[in-house]
Amino acid sequence: MTWPILSVVTFLPLLGAILIALMAHGNSPVARGTSRWIALWTTVVTFAVSVLLVTHFDTASAEFQFVEKHDWLGIAAYHMGVDGISLPFVILTTALMPICILASWTSVQKRVKEYMIAFLALETLMIGTFSSLDLVLFYLFFEGGLIPMFLIIGVWGGPRRVYASFKFFLYTLLGSVLMLLAIMAMYWQAHTTDIAVLLHHGFPTGMQKWMWLAFFASFAVKMPMWPVHTWLPDAHVEAPTAGSVILAAILLKMGGYGFLRFSLPMFPDASHVFAPLVFTLSVVAIVYTSLVALMQEDVKKLIAYSSVAHMGFVTMGIFAATEQGVQGGIFQMISHGIVSGALFLCVGVVYDRMHTREIAAYGGLVNRMPIYAFVFMVFTMANVGLPGTSGFVGEFLSLIGTFKANIHVAFFATLGVILSAAYALWLYRKMIFGTLKPALAGIRDIGLREAVIFAPLVILTILLGVAPKPVLDVSAASVTQLLANYNRAIAGTKTAEAAPTLTTGSAQ
Amino acid sequence: MNQLTTWTGYLPFLPEIVLAGGAMLMLMAGVTFGERSGRVVNSWCVLVLVAAAAATHWVPAGRLSLFDGSFLVDDFARFLKLLTLAGSAGALLLSLDWLSIEKQQRFEYGALFILSTLGMMMLISAGDLIALYLGLELMSLALYVVAASNRENLKSTEAGLKYFVLGALSSGMLLYGASLIYGFTGTVSFAGIAKATHAGASIGLIFGLVFLFVGFCFKISAVPFHMWTPDVYEGAPSPVTAFFASAPKVAAIAIFVRATITAFPGITHEWQQIVVFVSILSMALGSFAAIGQKNIKRLMAYSSIGHMGFALVGLAAASPEGVQGVLVYMSIYVAMTLGSFAVILAMRRQGVAVENISDLAGLARTHPTMAFLFAMLMFSLAGIPPLAGFFAKFYVFLAAINAGLYTLAVIGVLSSVVGAFYYLMIVKTMYFDDPVASFDRMPGLLRLVLLVSGVINLLFFAWPAPILGAATAAAKSLF
Repeated sequence: MTWPILSVVTFLPLLGAILIALMAHGNSPVARGTSRWIALWTTVVTFAVSVLLVTHFDTASAEFQFVEKHDWLGIAAYHMGVDGISLPFVILTTALMPICILASWTSVQKRVKEYMIAFLALETLMIGTFSSLDLVLFYLFFEGGLIPMFLIIGVWGGPRRVYASFKFFLYTLLGSVLMLLAIMAMYWQAHTTDIAVLLHHGFPTGMQKWMWLAFFASFAVKMPMWPVHTWLPDAHVEAPTAGSVILAAILLKMGGYGFLRFSLPMFPDASHVFAPLVFTLSVVAIVYTSLVALMQEDVKKLIAYSSVAHMGFVTMGIFAATEQGVQGGIFQMISHGIVSGALFLCVGVVYDRMHTREIAAYGGLVNRMPIYAFVFMVFTMANVGLPGTSGFVGEFLSLIGTFKANIHVAFFATLGVILSAAYALWLYRKMIFGTLKPALAGIRDIGLREAVIFAPLVILTILLGVAPKPVLDVSAASVTQLLANYNRAIAGTKTAEAAPTLTTGSAQ
Repeated sequence: MNQLTTWTGYLPFLPEIVLAGGAMLMLMAGVTFGERSGRVVNSWCVLVLVAAAAATHWVPAGRLSLFDGSFLVDDFARFLKLLTLAGSAGALLLSLDWLSIEKQQRFEYGALFILSTLGMMMLISAGDLIALYLGLELMSLALYVVAASNRENLKSTEAGLKYFVLGALSSGMLLYGASLIYGFTGTVSFAGIAKATHAGASIGLIFGLVFLFVGFCFKISAVPFHMWTPDVYEGAPSPVTAFFASAPKVAAIAIFVRATITAFPGITHEWQQIVVFVSILSMALGSFAAIGQKNIKRLMAYSSIGHMGFALVGLAAASPEGVQGVLVYMSIYVAMTLGSFAVILAMRRQGVAVENISDLAGLARTHPTMAFLFAMLMFSLAGIPPLAGFFAKFYVFLAAINAGLYTLAVIGVLSSVVGAFYYLMIVKTMYFDDPVASFDRMPGLLRLVLLVSGVINLLFFAWPAPILGAATAAAKSLF
């Protein structure tokens, strides 16, 4: 690549946002149309360019590719690049954005221009988060995403949007500021903020623990892990449909990505020490939030709690630190990005028609909306983890990986699979089957625009379930290298701990 | 001595001469042409400040000293003088339209701004305790008068009086501290004091140091000497509040840094404790007390208390990186503050100024551009990347971590999260609430200041090199 493709992918959406700001005036129908079309084209073109990343990506290499590096802050550089761990997330982001824009096509009528600008700015920040190779740059993108998301929830959200947006913002900020201090400490230790260098730096064990905890504070909130997950149901319920999709599909993945990019490779000793803590929290998340999901009366809340449970599988798989566990974690994140995003879109479809998210308000939808019932079923099954859907692959791999590391954890996590089947099928039965509620007599099935939104997601869900290899291949080399370094570091520490007696013995 | 025999020897003093001469000229012009000339004279005062900035830039490079070391011109002074002049000029620009609308366009106003700025310039360059006191008093006396410049208004006169009484008290304490320091070291020059305290300090000197710090903390409104700030900010005419929040803070923090770093390097451990203590209190109080505020000027007062706490984090590090952090912090702080006040001054319905936060409701729909820039300034003051305010906090905390001040850094970032709450409340009011009656059209000069500040805020991350480079050089000149 002779041109800076990653920067183009990252900043194209921002360019689109500026274009909308300049071209659309006021809130006239024309301005609304202009904003929507510019936003759609920007995201489609961004996706098209990002496909080039995949076609030119060398899956055999574990190195960072499409690297760009320029001087910037003195202590930090503008350093971009992707490897097998970050590329899937970049593609997930660029692929979901056109869908989000389409999903907001008619449901958002208020301040459309600002809405589209916020989403495009958010896309830039999300892609930047996954492709930056400098800690400060990463933090910039990571935290910057709070601003557009805060506005999206607060301006276009539901009745309790103010509470939800503040909770979202302050929770995430509180977690992240500690990570910022850790970044600074790392800079003074290693005298660089270059992620590629820091991956092999080898921090002292004592320091690693503090750094790990600080990063954990940030990513655990973002993920979100029990018990700091409480902002998520609120944010999901109040956010507009596309906001929920982005939140569930991509923003949550930043936490998992952070664990993979920073915690595991940079603080291997601490990761090893704290793995039981992560396992415990993950299992609690899987079992407890699944039980909570069973009790929900709001569709979005139910899906939000199921997200927390599914993210529990991810953290568990990652910190199992086995090939299958980490691969499963990555795959689960991608799969969950597609499936939970699609589930929120499904909720959006009926919400646009009935303006309620009460589960009790729905029933018998299959009579009026057969196509919708089918689509919803596919994603429900994927959410449950039915073999043949993408959800199965991720859960299965992370469970296998964990089984190798800790049987008890795997046992309890498997219970969560049963519970997830319980709440998902219960939700499906309540909403889709039974007799049609009188209020729903006039409800329309999904139209062409909605079909266009769902078609690629349905295909991807089944395709990745049947043939997961392409995604696994992309990340394989990077994961192998990550784990090789991890195991070497752990082994090194163990011998170092055992060494003093040996060396003194041999010296004499 | 020899260099002072020719006029070129006074060249380092040129910006101050420009200001002093300019102030007198403007006063004479005002007297000659009468009250009606107010706006023209005040506009010319902006040019005097610009001329002084040009002169500052033109002063020969390197470390120069005049009057037996009482007056120092180094990179540190150059950086802060330019910043102070920018702050004063910005505040004066903000004042012009406001004074016309309020029919308070008096020619003394601009001249007082210049005289106060002259005091700040001398303060920044002060090389001994006497020059320090002279600069501080010149700055403060002019400030007392402008605080009460709306003389028919009870609140304004009250603000002026309150500021004067408390300011005089703090000056007295500072002077007492200076006399103790002189008594125990036998010298007033910073270099001399540094030599005398090289091997530690006597208890008397520590007392002097504490009193000196009381004076500084009062001027930068750091806790526990912040009591005057909310009342004076609220009572003083709004453009004067903008002035208080920008230039004098820069000058006061400049002398705080210069005095502590150059005069007391031998007893760093002693003064570091005080700075850490003051910094933590200011950050915490600035964050928590602002939450309950309804009046936006009072809110800005608490916000500035908090920001001074953050700036002091850099000083507490007592290292070149720390001083660099303070300088970057102050530069960004001045830009953010002036932009915010441009919006506050534009809060006016049918010619009547309003000051409540609830008056901003729905601004995003009535004035989208203004609301966007103001919202970004609020996010920036909260320290959210990629806006300028993030970098301000980044550099001071970076220095604190390097100096091993982990507790301070953790408390600092946590209070910045608390502080984020009230900045978000303003954004919420503008973006989430339903609109109330629209504000009057924003005057041109306010637009200009807001736009410049907004551009600096939004694009600082793209090209931070000039400010960072200058701040690094300036910080080095103190060590």
